[in-house]
Amino acid sequence: MFENLSARLTRTTEKLRGRGRITEDNIAEALREVRVALLEADVALPVIKSFIEAVKAKALGAEVSASLSPGQAFIGILHREMVELMGGARAGFSLRAQPPIVVLLAGLQGAGKTTTAAKLARWLIEREKKRVLLTSTDISRPAAILQLERLAGEVGAQFFRAPPAQSPAEIARAALDEARRGVFDILIVDTAGRLHVDEALMAEVRQIDALVSASERLFVVDAMAGQDAINAARAFGATLDLTGIVLTKADGDARGGAALSVRQVTGKPIVFMGVGEKTDALEPFDPERMASRILGMGDVVSLVEQVQREVTSDEATRIAQKVARGKGFDLADLKGQLEQVQKLGGMSSLLDKLPAAAGRRAVSADQGDREVRRQIAIINSMTQRERRQPGVIDGSRRRRIAGGAGVQVQDVNRLLKQFQDMQRMMKSMKGGHLRRLMGAFKGRLP
Amino acid sequence: MFGSESKSERTEAPGGFLKRLRARLNRGNSWLTLDIAELVRGRAIDADILDELETRLLAADVGVEATQHILESLRQRVARRELADVDALIAALRATLTEILAPCARPLVIDPTHRPFVILVVGVNGSGKTTSIGKLAKRLTREGKSVMLAAGDTFRSAAVEQLEVWAMASGAAFAAQQAGADPGAVVFDALQSARARGIDVLMADTAGRLHNQSHLMAELKKVRRVLKRVDQSAPHEVLLVLDANQGQNALAQAVQFHEAIGVTGLVLTKLDGTAKGGIVIAIARKLGFPIRFIGIGEQAEDFEPFDAQAFVAALIESGPKTGAAS
Ligand SMILES: Nc1nc2c(ncn2[C@@H]2O[C@H](COP(=O)(O)OP(=O)(O)OP(=O)(O)O)[C@@H](O)[C@H]2O)c(=O)[nH]1
Ligand SMILES: Nc1nc2c(ncn2[C@@H]2O[C@H](COP(=O)(O)OP(=O)(O)OP(=O)(O)O)[C@@H](O)[C@H]2O)c(=O)[nH]1
Ligand SMILES: [Mg+2]
Ligand SMILES: [Mg+2]
Repeated sequence: MFENLSARLTRTTEKLRGRGRITEDNIAEALREVRVALLEADVALPVIKSFIEAVKAKALGAEVSASLSPGQAFIGILHREMVELMGGARAGFSLRAQPPIVVLLAGLQGAGKTTTAAKLARWLIEREKKRVLLTSTDISRPAAILQLERLAGEVGAQFFRAPPAQSPAEIARAALDEARRGVFDILIVDTAGRLHVDEALMAEVRQIDALVSASERLFVVDAMAGQDAINAARAFGATLDLTGIVLTKADGDARGGAALSVRQVTGKPIVFMGVGEKTDALEPFDPERMASRILGMGDVVSLVEQVQREVTSDEATRIAQKVARGKGFDLADLKGQLEQVQKLGGMSSLLDKLPAAAGRRAVSADQGDREVRRQIAIINSMTQRERRQPGVIDGSRRRRIAGGAGVQVQDVNRLLKQFQDMQRMMKSMKGGHLRRLMGAFKGRLP
Repeated sequence: MFGSESKSERTEAPGGFLKRLRARLNRGNSWLTLDIAELVRGRAIDADILDELETRLLAADVGVEATQHILESLRQRVARRELADVDALIAALRATLTEILAPCARPLVIDPTHRPFVILVVGVNGSGKTTSIGKLAKRLTREGKSVMLAAGDTFRSAAVEQLEVWAMASGAAFAAQQAGADPGAVVFDALQSARARGIDVLMADTAGRLHNQSHLMAELKKVRRVLKRVDQSAPHEVLLVLDANQGQNALAQAVQFHEAIGVTGLVLTKLDGTAKGGIVIAIARKLGFPIRFIGIGEQAEDFEPFDAQAFVAALIESGPKTGAAS
């Protein structure tokens, strides 16, 4: 449905080429593309607005170096800015306070608080060798306390089960006493899911915090969250003096723009990322990867670098000129292009580096690689003359070429047909660019 | 615990219900009727107003594509001078949204020729599946139907016990096996037992799963196949539960759950917060699934059939203040 952002930016920034400098005028369209991409990634509107202002300020007047295309330069600025906004702070936990260190988890219903409590406990037990006590103050959701009690057993943490009919605040208080008595290093307090507009419940969580003087107050938020995440985060941030954020369900294919929104509006670092349902599926937050993901770039940044390394630019320029003139592009050039694809590690490696969504829509990588190999073999079994003047390839030559390449005659026919289409397109494109050509060709692979 | 209170609500006049629904739906600041009107008093429709509407739709998670589609039709009507003032513009917006959603407001009908009528409930983690099953069970038993709940989530900690509490609260029968059991086996046994006992409706809970995890989607397909082994026509309803807090990813969820097992209806939960659930508009345009129910709280009675007009009213009449700033 939508092209990925890099493709769009490459196209919209094409006209910056040769201008040398990014100006307000020539960047407007690219910024509109960025806005759309961030909306699709669920970054909240007000956050998009300030992000775009910041990017614009950085991009204006930036030199577009000869080696990079303006699109690539611009993508670099975007990516760096986003990494800066989301990172710049610790990942993981500060364990310096006086034990027992109390960790409080809060957030909307179903965000992943209880699961995260167990994951954190496991992390602290296994990696930091801490003694951890878990407790649940969720007296409202059916079986919520049992859920955490079982998880505690699974990860080897102690569980504090309050006597029945205690209020959440009473449970928290009693758990802290227990943590002190039992000389635990850490107490993790799970809370019931609550809406940020529910004043009574927001007051309740503030009371719990006050009673246990938590040193970590973590807001747990779903990576699939939409525009409203900003409102929830703001309210939780105002109620609890948050120390950090945990982003859950990041193993999905959501672009995860909520991460940026929540980071921005709370001003608190994202410390951990939940990447699965099991208790070991917890990772320190990685701003680089998250930025690529929100921007829909997959690993495009590294792809760009690789392309620059591998593709000999003389060759690219020579072909680009032929394409620009709309003539002279022959089967030998096509072969050169196909070999470039192979040099870059083949279709599978290229597709791997593209954002998940883009990759899935494309042809299967294996199929693509097989087709690239087959087409090179076909061109290899042609004579020099046939490569320069495909017009001479009649029926008997087709049979010979097919035999030589070990393919069917239809495969040869298909290649020639594709080549003709490409030539026609090049003529009509006049002044177009190699990139577009390759784009068109890629779409034609079976 | 749910008894008398909800009964009085049942007998309430429809107008009263609508009021209650609106009060619960999207408790947010009222904006369109208020600040837009304020913003534009005495002015003709101009680009700023249309931009403001666009902002509001985007902030409600309607998504870029659907928002552009909606705005385009409004712009055309403005250009043709069909809309005299801002009131007319807002009425037109309301009409456009209702047009998209009204065809999806198809209530769940339990066909009595299928006995039991089998409802399979699916969705991503934490969207509200188990709670929605509990609420629907309560609704159905109140209507005098016999209901059985099958604990098909054998993976998540205490998921079985959570469903069991709901079964007890609603007076539904309960079928479960030990944690870690094969969900296909649980559902198979439940269906046979429901059949033997002449149960009217069997609802099967499933573990939350992200749609991009193909082994888990394959597991769902297996559950579906197993049901068919007992009753070729089952499941009679596959409910996909979506959380109104979700953004654009919900569209991918709808597409991929549908691809895997064929979705026949949606439940949109957690509309009692400030999230608007606007993504259902994009889903309605693309896939046209019936939207069966909405969830507006954690209690049994916080569950209602989807009403397109009430939903649109809540969507365009309330919104985050932040939208106005941008
Ligand atoms: N795939 C995936 N699922 C997760 C992750 N974290 C939590 N979940 C799942 O999300 C669902 C909800 O998780 P819970 O931990 O119960 O969420 P909660 O915030 O405690 O929910 P309430 O207490 O009901 O508000 C469960 O199915 C979890 O297994 C994650 O990182 N990835
Ligand atoms: N405010 C509100 N909370 C809801 C609503 N529906 C469900 N919840 C809450 O959301 C949380 C998750 O609900 P569950 O029913 O456990 O979700 P689930 O989809 O079964 O979760 P998993 O089985 O872990 O994937 C619980 O805390 C519910 O009480 C609703 O309409 N409004
Ligand atoms: Mg919980
Ligand atoms: Mg469940």
